[in-house]
Order: sequence, then C-alpha cells, then structure tokens
Amino acid sequence: MLGFKERTFHGGAHPPEAKKYTEKKPIEKMPAPEQVVIPLQQHIGAPTEPLVKVGDRVKIGDRLSEPKGFVSVPVHASVSGKVVKIAEMPHPLGKKVLSIIIQNDGEDAFSEAVRPDENYMDLSPEEMRKRIQMAGIAGMGGATFPTHVKLSPPAEKPIDTLIINGAECEPYLTADHRTMVEFSEEIVAGIKIIQKILGVKRTIIAIEKNKPDAIKKMRGVTRNDSSIDVIALKVKYPQGAEKQLIKAITNREVPTGGLPMDVGCLVQNVGTTRAIYEALARGKPLYERVTTVTGPGIKEPKNLIVRIGTLFKDVIAYCGGYREDVSKLIMGGPMMGLAQHTDDVPVIKGTSGLLLLTEKYVRVADPMPCIGCNRCVDTCPMHLVPTTLAEFADFKRYVEAEKWGIMDCIECGTCTFVCPAKRHLLQSIRFGKYEINLQKRKAS
Amino acid sequence: MDKLFRVSSSPHVLDRDNVSKIMIYVILALLPSLIGGTYFFGWRALWVTALTVLSCVVTEAVVQKMMNRPVTITDWSAVVTGILLAFNMPSNVPFYLPIVGGVFAIAIAKQAFGGLGFNPVNPALAARAFLLASWPIDMTVFKVAPRGGTLSGIDAITTATPLNVMKQSLDILKHQSNYAVEKVSQAQSAILQLKEAYGHLFWGNVGGCLGETSAFLILLGAALLMYKRIIDWRIPFSYLFTVAVLAWMFGGPSGLFSGDWIFHLLAGGVMLGAFFMATDMVTSPLTPSGRIYFGVGAGILTVIIRLWGGYPEGTSYSILLMNLTVPLLNRYTRPRIFGERRRK
Ligand code: SF4
Ligand code: SF4
Repeated sequence: MLGFKERTFHGGAHPPEAKKYTEKKPIEKMPAPEQVVIPLQQHIGAPTEPLVKVGDRVKIGDRLSEPKGFVSVPVHASVSGKVVKIAEMPHPLGKKVLSIIIQNDGEDAFSEAVRPDENYMDLSPEEMRKRIQMAGIAGMGGATFPTHVKLSPPAEKPIDTLIINGAECEPYLTADHRTMVEFSEEIVAGIKIIQKILGVKRTIIAIEKNKPDAIKKMRGVTRNDSSIDVIALKVKYPQGAEKQLIKAITNREVPTGGLPMDVGCLVQNVGTTRAIYEALARGKPLYERVTTVTGPGIKEPKNLIVRIGTLFKDVIAYCGGYREDVSKLIMGGPMMGLAQHTDDVPVIKGTSGLLLLTEKYVRVADPMPCIGCNRCVDTCPMHLVPTTLAEFADFKRYVEAEKWGIMDCIECGTCTFVCPAKRHLLQSIRFGKYEINLQKRKAS
Repeated sequence: MDKLFRVSSSPHVLDRDNVSKIMIYVILALLPSLIGGTYFFGWRALWVTALTVLSCVVTEAVVQKMMNRPVTITDWSAVVTGILLAFNMPSNVPFYLPIVGGVFAIAIAKQAFGGLGFNPVNPALAARAFLLASWPIDMTVFKVAPRGGTLSGIDAITTATPLNVMKQSLDILKHQSNYAVEKVSQAQSAILQLKEAYGHLFWGNVGGCLGETSAFLILLGAALLMYKRIIDWRIPFSYLFTVAVLAWMFGGPSGLFSGDWIFHLLAGGVMLGAFFMATDMVTSPLTPSGRIYFGVGAGILTVIIRLWGGYPEGTSYSILLMNLTVPLLNRYTRPRIFGERRRK
C-alpha cells in the first residue's frame, strides 16, 4: 500500500500554481544593459573585498572581488566595460551594499579566464571545490549559501544521497522548470561533478508532478545512468524546502537545528547544478542566471537569462513594462519572495524570479483575532503551532517561543497563507526569531 | 519609472477562505437539521430559531456599539451561535427564552470576554446551561410529538425523550425490588422498544430538542464540513468512540458490556454535540493530540452524566467542562516538531 502513496511530507498547502504565464516559454537571452550594478555581497557568509577601482576596464567573467574566508564567494563582471563607480547601492535584500558599477562598452569581450576545460572530470575533488568557489557559485534557489561549502561535508558526516531539487514549489516561478527542459544534459553533467566530489552514488532528481515535460526530459537523459533516478513528487507547497524534500524522498528527518548532512543527504538546486557544470567545463563564473519575470502585473512574462547586476527596471522594460494596476514587485515567488519598494535594485545570484502582482492579487485584509481553526497548525510543514508562536513573539515571551520551536520555522509562509483570520503569523514569528538571535548575539 | 510598490512581509498571496466564509459553511451545514426540525416539530421550531438568531445578532451589534468596538456581525458567527442555541431547546419553549438565551450567549459568554476568538466556552452551550438552570421545566418538557410518530408506548411515561425513557427504565431495573411488577416489565419492554427504534433515532422523528433529533441530517451537514476541511475528524470521532465504548461497558441493565451503545450514540444531543459543538474552533484545542484528548474527555463526562448524573443528557455539560480545559490541553500537547527527537 505505502508504495503507492504519493511521495510527499506531512502538512503543506496548495496556493494557486500560476505557472501558466511562463511554463511554456523558452528561455530567452536578455541583451546586456548599459550599466550593471554588482553588489560585492550576494551570498550568505563573509563579505568580499573589491579587486578593481574606478576607471579600470573589465571583461565578462573578470573577478571583481576577493572572498574573505572560506564561507564567501567572489563576484564577477557580467559585461565588458569600465568601472565607473564603487559605492553603497540599494540591494534587493534590503540594506545598502557596496557595489561595483560597470558601464557596458557593448563589445561583450570575454575574460581570458573564461575558457573551456575538456578534462575537467580529471580534476581532484579539492580542485573542483576551489574552482566552484572561485566561480562565485552560491545556491541559486534563493538561499545563496556558498555551494563549495555545502560540497565540503566533514568526514564524519558522509553523504549517501544527492538530491537535485527541481521541485520549484513556489507558485509562478518556472526558471528551474525551463532549465530542466532546455539544459537537461548540462544538469546531468553537473550531477556527475557533484557525485565525484562527494563520492556519492545515489542521486535523485526530484520534480513536482506539475512539470511532466521536465520529468520526461530528465528521465530521458538519465535512462542509461543507473546512479540517477527521477522521482515525481506530489504538488504541494513547500515541497521544495530542503527538509521536506528529504523527508519525501528518503523518509529521513533532518534533526532540529541540524543540516541535511546529518542524515546523509545533500540537496542542490537544478540551476546551481548547471552552474557547477558551466564553471568547470566552460570556465564560466556565475555572471548570469535564468530568472522568471512573471505575474499579472507585467506586460510580457518571460523566462530570461539575465546578467547579474542588471537593474530590475531594465529587466521589466525588456518584458514590455508594467501593467497599469501593478502594485507589488517581489523578488522570488509569492510565498517566500521579498517585496521591493523600488525597481532600482540589481538582479543578484539568488534572483529566481521577479513577480509583479496587481491590486487584485494583493489581497490586503485586516487581521481578525485567531478563531482557533487549527489550519495553521495542521499545515505547518515543521509541525509547529504557528498561532501560539506568533502570540509568544507578539508578547515578547521568547523563552516559551523557543521551547515551542520558533527557531525551527523555515519561514515558508504556509501558515499565513491558510489563515482565514488573515493574521500576519509569519511576520510575528520572523520578528520573534530576529529578537532571539539578537539577544543571543549580545549574550555571546 | 517612479512607482510606489506595496511592501510587506511574505507570503504575498493569501488563501481565499476567510472567517465569514467558514461561518457561512457552518450555517449551510446546519440547514438540513433546521429543515428537519421544522418538519418534525412544526413551524414553531423555525420561529424559535429565528428568535435566537435575531437576538444574537442584535445583541452583538448593540454590545459592540456600546463598547466602541467595530461591529462584526458580518462575520456570521452570531448567526451560528443563534442556530446552535435554538437547536438545544424544545420547540415549545416560551418565546422569551430564545431571546434571553441569545442575549446571554452573546453579551455574557462572548463579548464580555472580548468577542469572537476570546470566549473560553461555547456561547450557545453556556446560554443553554444558563437557561436550563433558570427555567428547568421549560427547557426539559417536550410537549410536541414529532411528526412521523414518536416511539410507541413511550408516551405512557411522562417526559418523552428516548433518553429519559432509557434513564428511568434503567433506574427501575436496577432497583427492581422497589417497584411493582408491572412497572418492571414495562421498563423491560421500553428498553426493548428503544432497541427497535434505531430507525426513528437515526431519521429524527423522536422527541427532543429541535435540532438534535436526526442523526442523519446532522451527519449530512457534518459531511459538508469535513469535505470543506472546516472540521477535523479527531474531535467528533474520539468523542463518539468514547461514548460508545463506555456506554457499552457500563450502560446496560445486566452488568458490564450489556449497554446499548448504538442507542447512546443516536439519542439526545451526542451527534449534534460531536459535530457542531465540540468542534467549535474557538473553544477546542489547537493541537492534533489535544483534540483527541478533548474528544475522549468529553465522551467520558457525557457517559458519567448520562449514567450516574442527575440529568438524562450530558452532552452540553461535558463539552462546556472540556472547553475550560482547552488552555491546559494546548499547553501540554505541543506536537513533536519536525526532526525533534523526544527523550523518553
Ligand atoms: S510556522 Fe514557519 S514553518 Fe510553520 S508554516 Fe509558518 S512559516 Fe512555515
Ligand atoms: S489559521 Fe489563523 S485563525 Fe486558524 S488557528 Fe491559525 S492563526 Fe488562528
């Protein structure tokens, strides 16, 4: 019986998928803009030091910064031209960040460093990791954790299962979907590299069932490879969240406060996997990415390859501009994405999509008192009690909040989505987490 | 382009369901029973329901106005309370009872605690308990024989709900020596008749409160709520299961395991309580295991009251009492967090 059960996790919800805007649209290359703004920090971890100064000429793929420490990755020039300014600039994650602004000379000249290496599979795992770091690769699903760090598990935590995350459970977004359909072989080549680095045999490509063409494609290119399986997952949000994905596939639960490696798993996003291949085989650092520009608020929704550092407004102009009634600009998907107050911020490594919502879709409702309907409890994929956590956070009862697992919240937003009383549960919880972290940092 | 965007914390989309919609579904789910009650007990059943609903809604609006709170009658929760309160009354109550009950339910049991979401006990049940204490006769004498027949022979005994009959007959059988022989045999045959009356109890043509008699119609409404995922199986099923098991074990005339558990499930307010009162969102536990304990606890109390207490019916009191345990249940039944290893 159990064998027939659809693979998934306990909890979750079904926000409207809204993939129709772009799921059938082939990835298009957006021409490089006049100017790019490249923030020196686009990943989670230590910042980087600029290697160029105003007036320098750079070519595509030139490294612009030096990582400070192990948990850090450099950034690269995404156009050829002249560095015209290095200054603190608005960043899609909120705060201003030191950024390098390059005026495009229109020549699209490549750096000498960008050259193919046919024998990349002969490199040692050590060398592979080094190259992945220097190519500036960080998780492209949105988390932007430096990939080489993820690929360096300690010896006492061997990885036996590599999971390639093609779930793309965020509504609207189709960048990973299209990448799987159009670059399936490169993803497989990327898998081979990770397999070699980790010495892992078992690899599972996990795709939600609403992408039959991607499933078919990936099955096709892996047919003769016994180490790779493609698994179709039930369509449910947040199926693509690391812990939920691991549970669905291996039935293992990442312990609270732990990492996937604690249960022998490693999860890589499909876009990142492809970037690994491009970095090693083509010598191409992460200076462009696939991103979905979509939603009811944009004239021509598209899947695009965009140079890192392209301003949102340029991307939006390329997609025909806004529709009149646009009211929200979000980096990422509607469930976990970040609302922007300006389109004057650049595309970064973690920009999986730009979502434009109109007034009609942005339902603003005043929160009512909790009516105890249990929906947030029954849908929380981390089995938390969101309404209680939010209450603890609101009343600054942080000790209890921690006891009730507030730090385990993955901020998926499912609780807020389902709440019929329209309570801002995640907002309260996030605030509570922030305060707790702050207190901890002060204490140490 | 200088455009002002809305900025807010994720998620940026919300489900379409809201509190009003949920309440409207509950009302829809109660309609079959209301129609049934009107059919069995006549137009007066509808009249009583109209009075309680009106009283509840007006009270809500007036109290909120007086307390300078926003008036929230459009969330339909007062209507739900009104209908449930009416369902817990005989159809023949004097007209002022529904009105007083509605005022009590909303003003005292709900708004005094801060309104929807803050009331510790179910307002309709609180009001029923109040009415029962203040007008015990009016609330327990069922003068209207249901259309489609009552249980034959039962009218011979004064108060005519099946539960009363069961309780009185059992009392007689347990103390046979105190009664005349024909009384004893009457009681015996009454119990046998009740056994044959499952059909009546299921369809609802028996004496009782105006919305509680038909298990069938209640289940019909409950099916809608379950399908819409407005109520969860845990409370009703753990409650019914507990009632059934305990009634079977202790409810019989001839020692352990001779009780008529089917009768106990179908008779009185158990069905209505299980699906519409115990499941009241505000006053039931949040956690999955808390909901099971809640149902089991209410089940135990119901059977205790029914078999050993002073009332033939224990549903509403048992739920009221369990309502009070909800904060505790919530506190001690935190679900196991994903990835948490419980030490034990
Ligand atoms: S509490 Fe956190 S993990 Fe649970 S549903 Fe809400 S956002 Fe998701
Ligand atoms: S979903 Fe909203 S109304 Fe329901 S229990 Fe959670 S916070 Fe309360």
